[in-house]
Amino acid sequence: MSRTIDAVVSPTQTNTIPADISGQMLDLDEDDDLEVFSKDLTLADGNMFNASMPTSPGSMVNQCKFEEDEESDSKDIFITVDNPESHVTAIETFITYRVLTKTTRSEFDNSEYEVRRRYQDFLWLKGKLEDAHSTLIVHPLPEKFVVKGMVERFNGDFIETRRKALHKFLNRVADHPILSCSEDFKVFLSAQAWELTTYKKQGPGFLSRMGETVRAVANSVRGVKNRPEEFTAIQEYVEDFSNKIGSLDKVTQRIVKEQKEYLEELKEYGPTYTLWSGSEEELAEQLKGVAGCIERCCKETEEQVGHLSDTLVPVLHEYVLCAETLKAVLRRRDNIQAEFEAKNEALATKKVDRDALKEEIDKLEDRVEWANNALKGDWGRWQRSMRGDLKSAFLSTAEKNVDYYEKCLAVWETFLLSQRTEPSEETDRDNTP
Amino acid sequence: MMADSGPEEIAVIGNTDLTSAELENNIKNTMVEIEKWTSLLRKMEISVGEAEKRTGKNTVNMQEIYTVYLIETRPVDAVTEGIIPAPDSLWRRYSEFELLRNYLLVTYPFVVVAPLPEKRAEIVWHKLSADNMDPDFVERRRVGLENFLLRLASHPVLCNDKIFYIFLTEEKGWKEMVYETGFQAKADSRLKAMNAAFRVKNPDKRFTELKHYSDELQTVVSQLLRVRARVADRLYGVYKVHGNYGRVFSEWSAIEKEMGDGLQSAGHHMDAYAASVDDILEEEEHYADQLKEYLFYTEALRAVCRKHELTQFELEMAAQDLASKKQQKEELVTGTVRTFSLKGMTSKLFGQETAEQREAKLQVLEQQIEEGEEAVKEKNTESDEFVKTAWLDIEHFKDQKDRDLKEALISYAIMQISRCKKGIQMWTNAKECFNKM
Repeated sequence: MSRTIDAVVSPTQTNTIPADISGQMLDLDEDDDLEVFSKDLTLADGNMFNASMPTSPGSMVNQCKFEEDEESDSKDIFITVDNPESHVTAIETFITYRVLTKTTRSEFDNSEYEVRRRYQDFLWLKGKLEDAHSTLIVHPLPEKFVVKGMVERFNGDFIETRRKALHKFLNRVADHPILSCSEDFKVFLSAQAWELTTYKKQGPGFLSRMGETVRAVANSVRGVKNRPEEFTAIQEYVEDFSNKIGSLDKVTQRIVKEQKEYLEELKEYGPTYTLWSGSEEELAEQLKGVAGCIERCCKETEEQVGHLSDTLVPVLHEYVLCAETLKAVLRRRDNIQAEFEAKNEALATKKVDRDALKEEIDKLEDRVEWANNALKGDWGRWQRSMRGDLKSAFLSTAEKNVDYYEKCLAVWETFLLSQRTEPSEETDRDNTP
Repeated sequence: MMADSGPEEIAVIGNTDLTSAELENNIKNTMVEIEKWTSLLRKMEISVGEAEKRTGKNTVNMQEIYTVYLIETRPVDAVTEGIIPAPDSLWRRYSEFELLRNYLLVTYPFVVVAPLPEKRAEIVWHKLSADNMDPDFVERRRVGLENFLLRLASHPVLCNDKIFYIFLTEEKGWKEMVYETGFQAKADSRLKAMNAAFRVKNPDKRFTELKHYSDELQTVVSQLLRVRARVADRLYGVYKVHGNYGRVFSEWSAIEKEMGDGLQSAGHHMDAYAASVDDILEEEEHYADQLKEYLFYTEALRAVCRKHELTQFELEMAAQDLASKKQQKEELVTGTVRTFSLKGMTSKLFGQETAEQREAKLQVLEQQIEEGEEAVKEKNTESDEFVKTAWLDIEHFKDQKDRDLKEALISYAIMQISRCKKGIQMWTNAKECFNKM
């Protein structure tokens, strides 16, 4: 049976993708992962190759193209998060992940680091980065708790999903021109466990952090008066985006659910044909043939659902979290401006030391300008990343679906072919309706 | 009109008026070539064209709405002359089809009579309406009724039936004609016999096997149809949820600059994907109907087996009766009492009978024995006839079943192939749109 579509990607040629993909935004992080795997044969302890890393045909092609691409920044830092291990103490049970760093950057003493980190450590890092760069967009971390409760924390799927998200988080930070230079980031990647604990204890104490929080709340209550138009536009976009991505997340999860239920029924369907074949003579072979086809389609369906869960669902979920991050960033920017505006007003109304206040106001004004510029710069960056990530995820999904239907097609066509080559005595008889 | 065996020659009550030779000849001819000249189908085109709703009063004088089906017939040779005359037509409702079938069941008990399509929509997946008035159901039933008539018309024996012919050609008075044949009485006794419990000592093994087969077939096909309906239900859900992608992509595209076009067109493809499932499942419903026909056929198979058991039982009873009469005669003649009887006891107690009394009894017994032997001979012939004619029809049925179901399975594979191709196309289109994002 000839196919009507010529350019279709058949199961045996997954790398032959139309050339125009290479001109599009590359998903740099997936390339990083693959570059690490392909270059580092020295780290041959088996744990390096993680079969569940997303390796869509799209990103494999990207990898090849990437090495030729001179426009992108030369990567000088490669991070992987893997090897989850459970630790049991008297007080608690927790999971640590191995964080492997390879870098040529001068600020690092060594070129290689291997440390173990737990989720709390990642949270700490994120907090530090946000404190230092309040209007930069930091990629979200996977969520703290699972709705269902404690037991789920140590479920294999949950750990794997979290591991992938943590991996992505660190790589996004490493990609960021400003965030990757953070001292906290460096310490996170390189310090041994006890060193990190000591390091964490430095820095602003509890009370001063409380003070910051109180001020932030006060500012947000006051509100900002003259927000520049462009940030209002960004805010409106973020609202809409948040809604849309939330819907997509829900729709996709619903599709996974429906598909799984379909699979369950399908698994029972094939056997009914086998059962029937037991009562028949002439028809037995055909009935078994149909049963076999259905069974093979079950396998393909299972794979397809798995792909959806592994590829599209996590990405959409990440961007649901991103939307919240963006809202927080916009709020922080507003607060900075609000603080400046408040002090500015005080200059006009209150009877205070004008010189000292003026100096403070200048500093705040600089701070506002710096914050705005940082956000503006990062905003473009984020949008490009978002487009790249989502496009890649949807592309991968569509490709997998095409692959799925092609495989099922082959199954049924093979069956049909076997029926058509039956001895002619079957087909020559008159068929009465 | 039919050329050779005109309808008047064929008895409308029972098959006993046909000589066995004629019957065998009929069947043999048609067994060799299905659409031989005895087949009604050679003579006329039959179709069930439309369905309409009517209102009327039912048997308890209440208003009801029912559907009638248009039966159109046209002689085959009329078409070949270049001019296509309008077909003759009449309207029949489902209950009249039922009456026709019941009549045929009673009149030709050795025939595996084709089943009717469902009266009510059963074993359906939930999105499909179980409402008898639903246009899709009515359409499928129309197809089923046409199929039923075509099966009858191509059956070597049934196609010659007068009542069947009139069903197709005369709207008025047909019902009365059916009742005038007196089939109702036969139908009642048949029903009683079907439900009676009796043990047959020596049934033909082939019929016993056939009964088991039809029970098995009923079980497995029912199960298959049930699971298929559930699978269809789930598949519907999967496709339809993708329609939500269409809506959200469309809304999202409004706030994006670079991705807008790609998203918008991808959304259209998602909508198309979601919509495609309706036709896919409607087609599958036809496949389910093909299987259902054979599910319903099992009832007809069982009926024929039952009839065999009945005739065999009657034969065995007649033989048993004859044997007991013969034994009684022997006892009377030899004077020995081998079996206990009250008469025997009383005669022992109160003295022997007179020679004349014994002679009289002997006469009666010999008469009864003669009659009994006739009866056994008759029943034997009847049973043999039945087994022969029924088995011929069953072989015919088996061949038909194998052919039809093979056809059905192939068409099912074709449906799956078509669905896969559609899927490939839609997702390839979607992929191209995502590429443009």
